[in-house]
Amino acid sequence: MPHRTFFWFILPSALAMLLFIAFPLVSVIVQSLHVEHEQILVTSENCGPFGCKQSTSVDVEATAKLKDAAPLGRFNSLGTYMDRGHLATAEISQAWSTTDSWRAFFSRVMNLPFYKALAFTLAYTAVVTPLVILFGLAVALGVNGLPKLVKGPTIFISLLPMIVTPLIGSLILYWMIDADGILGKGLQYIFDDPALSLKASPLLTWLTLFTYGVWHGIPFAFVVFYAGLQTVPEETLEAAMIDGASRWERIRYVVIPYMGPLFVFVALIQLMDNFRVFEPIIGFSAQANASSLSTEIYGDLLGDNAQYASAAATSMLTVIGVAILLTPVLIRTWRDFNRKAV
Amino acid sequence: MAIASKRRSTPLVLISSVLVLAWIVVAAFPFLWTLWGSFKVQGDFFSKADWMNALWGTRTVIETGAPFTGAGYEGAWIEKEFWRAALNTGIIVFFTVIISLTLGTLGGYALARSGYRYAFWLLMLALVFRAMPHITLVSGYLLPFFEWNLWGHIPTTIVVLVAINQPFTLWMLHSFFLNIPKDLDESAMVDGCTRFQAFRHVIVPVMWPGVITTGLFSFLLAYNDFTVTALLLNQENQTMIPKIASFLGSTQVEGNVMFAVAAVVSATAPLFVLILFFQRQIVSGLTAGAVKG
Amino acid sequence: MNMFKTAALGTVFAVLSGTTAIAGCGIGAGNVSIIANDFPAIHAITDAAKACADDGLTVTANMTKEHQTLNAPGMSGNPAEYSVAVVANSSIVALLNDGLIRPLDDLIAQYAPDLPNVNKVTVDGKVMAVAFMANAQHLFYRADVLEKAGVAVPTTYEEVVAAAEAIRAAGIMEHPVALNTGAGWNLAEEFINMYMGTGGELFEAGSAVPTIENENGVAALNMLKSLTEYSNPDFLTFDSNATQALWEAGDTALSVMWGSRGAAVLDNEGSSEDVVSSTVLAAAPTLGGGATPATTLWWDGFTIASNVSDEDAAASFQAMMVGLSEDVVKANQDAAVWLNPAYVATPASAGVIASAEAGANPYPMLPYVGLMHSALGDNLAEFLQGSESAEQALADVVAAYTTSAKEQGFLQ
Repeated sequence: MPHRTFFWFILPSALAMLLFIAFPLVSVIVQSLHVEHEQILVTSENCGPFGCKQSTSVDVEATAKLKDAAPLGRFNSLGTYMDRGHLATAEISQAWSTTDSWRAFFSRVMNLPFYKALAFTLAYTAVVTPLVILFGLAVALGVNGLPKLVKGPTIFISLLPMIVTPLIGSLILYWMIDADGILGKGLQYIFDDPALSLKASPLLTWLTLFTYGVWHGIPFAFVVFYAGLQTVPEETLEAAMIDGASRWERIRYVVIPYMGPLFVFVALIQLMDNFRVFEPIIGFSAQANASSLSTEIYGDLLGDNAQYASAAATSMLTVIGVAILLTPVLIRTWRDFNRKAV
Repeated sequence: MAIASKRRSTPLVLISSVLVLAWIVVAAFPFLWTLWGSFKVQGDFFSKADWMNALWGTRTVIETGAPFTGAGYEGAWIEKEFWRAALNTGIIVFFTVIISLTLGTLGGYALARSGYRYAFWLLMLALVFRAMPHITLVSGYLLPFFEWNLWGHIPTTIVVLVAINQPFTLWMLHSFFLNIPKDLDESAMVDGCTRFQAFRHVIVPVMWPGVITTGLFSFLLAYNDFTVTALLLNQENQTMIPKIASFLGSTQVEGNVMFAVAAVVSATAPLFVLILFFQRQIVSGLTAGAVKG
Repeated sequence: MNMFKTAALGTVFAVLSGTTAIAGCGIGAGNVSIIANDFPAIHAITDAAKACADDGLTVTANMTKEHQTLNAPGMSGNPAEYSVAVVANSSIVALLNDGLIRPLDDLIAQYAPDLPNVNKVTVDGKVMAVAFMANAQHLFYRADVLEKAGVAVPTTYEEVVAAAEAIRAAGIMEHPVALNTGAGWNLAEEFINMYMGTGGELFEAGSAVPTIENENGVAALNMLKSLTEYSNPDFLTFDSNATQALWEAGDTALSVMWGSRGAAVLDNEGSSEDVVSSTVLAAAPTLGGGATPATTLWWDGFTIASNVSDEDAAASFQAMMVGLSEDVVKANQDAAVWLNPAYVATPASAGVIASAEAGANPYPMLPYVGLMHSALGDNLAEFLQGSESAEQALADVVAAYTTSAKEQGFLQ
C-alpha cells in the first residue's frame, strides 16, 4: 500500500491515539523526572470547630514564586525511579551487604512496597493467564460440541462473569465467600473446618484473588477460541480422522496448531490486563495481603495528597514491565510481519 | 463446522457435557444469587447472621411484610433516577462503538495491507499505549480539560473512550483484515478502483462479522468503564457504573447497597437481549476474524 | 470545647436568638457551582442553595465520590469550574497548599456577621472554610451483653480489652470487638486515633519531620493489636460497612465506629429489636491513663475558590449560607451532627458530642498529613498479622513517609 493511502487510512485513528495517549504519555515521562518544589512552611495559630492550636501550613505566596520560576518542578532525573517507593536501589544494596542469608535478604526486599507489589502482580499474571487460556479453550471445545439449540443461552451465560461490572461482581462474591456467606459456609462444610476464613490468611487471599481472576477472564478467552474453532478446516480434520487420529490427537495436532495465532492474541491481551490487576484487590478488601502496581498508582493519585511524580514513575515501570513480558510475543509478530510481502 | 461432531465416544460426550455444565454453574450462580437477592432487603442478602436468610427472606418479611420486595428497584429507578444514568450510558456506548469501529476499520485495514516496517512499529506502539494504566492517563487529562472547558461533557468522554480503546480495536481488526484474501481488493483495483473504492465496495460487504465481534468488546469496555466516566463526567451526565458506585456510600455514611444490586441486575437485562440478537453475527464474526493474532 | 457545646447543644438559646431565613434568598446575580461529596447531609444543603436560583443566579452542584480528585483541578483554571468545594479537615489541605481557596473574612463580615466562631476554620488568622458538621469515631456498646458479662461500661481501652475478655470468658461471644481496621485508609485512621490518645505528636512542631517512632507509637500499635485479638480473624478487611453489619447481626458488643453511622445502626432496618434497644453510643475510650479520648474529630465545611470573580464568590458564599440555614438543619436533624444552634442532639449523635466534650483532638489539618496517612495505611497490617515487630512497622512507615514527603517538597 502506498505511503499516501496508508497515511489517510490511519490518520483518524492515529490522531486519536496521538492526542489522548501519546501526548499524555510524554507528559507522564516528564512528570516522572521531576519532583515538587520545596514547600515553604510557616507556623501559625489555626482554629476550627474543636479549638485552636499552633499548627503548620504552606506559605502559599513564597511557594508560588518557586513554582512560577520553574513550573515543572525540580528536575530529579531518575531519582524517583530509584527511591524507596520504586526500585529502591539504595535499600536493596544495603540489604545485600547487611544480610548473610538469602532468606533474610529476600524478606528485606519483600518489605519494600514496589517489590511487594511486583511479587503479587507477577504471581497473579503467571497463574491467571495460563489458566484462563486453558479453561477458555476447554469451555470453547465443550460448548462447540453442544446441540445448536442450547448454544445461544450457553454463550450468554458464559459471558456473564465479564458483563457484570467488577465493582458489584466482586462485592457480591466478597459477601458470598465471607465466613458467614453461602460459599464460605460451603467451604467450611467441605473442609470440615468451622474456623476457615478466606479473608484472614495471606495464602487464601491470594488464592481467592487468583480464582476470581480466572473466573473473570475465561469469557474473553472462550469467545475468541470458540470463534476460532469454527474456522478449523473440516477437510483437515476429516483427513486426520481417516488416518485414525483419536479426538485428543486431533485437538493436539490439528486444532491447537491451527489456532496458534489466537493463543498469541489472547495471551497478549491477558498478560497485559493481568499485569494491571486492580479491581479484585479493592473489591475483596485484600490490601493487607496483596498489592499490585496498579493499586500503588491509585494510592498515589487518590490520597489526600496526590503524588503525581511517584504515580508517573510507577506507571512508566508498569509500561516497561508489560513490554518485557510481551517481548516473546512481539518477536513472533515481527517474524510474521517480515514474512508478509510488501 | 463443528469439530468432528460425528462418531464421538460416549465418555467424551459425558466429560465435555459435565465440564460445560460445571462452567455454566460457576458462571451463572453468582448472577442468579444476585438476581434472587435483589428482591430482598440488605439485612438478608448481605446477612452476617445466617446466609440462609437470603433464601427465606427472614428480615425482608419483618421489614416489608412479604418475602420479596421491589424496594431496591423502586429506589434505584424512581427515587434515584437511575434511568438518567442508563440513558447517558446508552448514548456514550452507542457513539463510542460506532466511532471506534469506523476509525479502527480504516486503520486496521491499512495496517493489514501495508508491508512497510512502520506499520509494524505502529502496531507495537499501540501495544505500549494499551499498557498505560487508565488512571494515569485520566488524571493527566483533568487539568487541561478543565482549562479548556471540555470537562464534564459527554462528547469529551466519548472521544477519550474511543482513543483509549483504539489500540485494542486496531489490533483485533488488523488481525481480521489479514484473513480477508488480498486478491479481493487488489483485483478490484486492477479493474480501476481507487484503494478507498476497493475498500468500500469489496471489503466492507465482507467485513461485518469481524466488525461486530470487535464491537462487542468495544461495547463492554465502554459499558463497564469506571475510571474514565467517574472522573470526566459531571453529575448530570453521570453514567451507570459511577451511579452504582455512588449507591454504595462511603466510609462515614451508609449507602443503599440494595439499590446498587438492583441497578446491576437491571443493567444486565438489555445485554441479554443484545447478545441474543447479535449471537449469530458474533459467532460467525469470530469465525472469519481475529484468527491471526 | 465549649464552643462546640454551645453550637451542638444550645437549642434553647437557638430558639431565642436564631435568625430567620431570608425569604427568596435575595442573593443577586452570579454563578454558583458546587463540588461536594455525595451524601444526604450535603444534598440537603445543595438543594436549599439550588432553590435560590433565579434569572440572574445559577446554582449547580456536582456531587460525586470523586470530589477529592476533581476539586483541585476544577479550581485551578481561571475562572475556576467550581466556585465552592465542600471539604473535610483532611481534604482541605490539598486546596490550601496550592492556594486554590480564598479567605472568607470579608464575605463573613458583609453577609454573615453573626457567624459563630465554632463554624470558622482559620489558618493564620484568616477564615478559610465554614464548617457545618462534625463527626468522629467512638465507642458503641451493647448494654445487655456487658450486663450479662458483669462488667461496667468501659471508659478506657484497657477496660475495653478487659470487658472483651470477660465477654469471651462468659462464653457470650468469641469475637466481641470490631474496629474499622481494614488495611489502608481505615487502619491508618485507627492508628492516628489511638496515637492521639497517647498524647503523642505525629510531627515535630513547625516541620514535616515525623515523630511516631517512640513509645507512644508502640503503645498505640500494641493496643490496636490487643483489641484485634478479640476481633474476628478477618479484621484486616473491616471497613465501616463490615463493622456495621457485624453490629446489626448482633455479632459484636464493643465496636468503634463512625458517629455518622449511628443513625443507621439505631434504626430498625437490618437488625433485630434486642440489638437496637440495647445499643448505646458513648465517647471514645482513653488510653494509657490519659484524659483525652483516643479519637480524632472531623468537620465538613465549605470553601470558596480563589479563581472566581468577586461577584461569583459573594453569590456562592450567600447561597451556601442559605444551605446552612436553621430551616435546613431543622428539616434534616438526623442527617448529621450539625454545628448549628438549631441542631437538637439525638441518641445517634451522643458519642460524637461526648467525645468532643471530653476534649478529643481534631484530625490534624497539616499540609503533609495525607502522606503520613497513606504511609500508615500501607505498613501496619504486617504488625497486626504478627509477622513484624511494632518498631519495624513504625520504621517502615517513617521510611515510606519520608520518601514521599521528599518528592512532595516537604522534606529536603
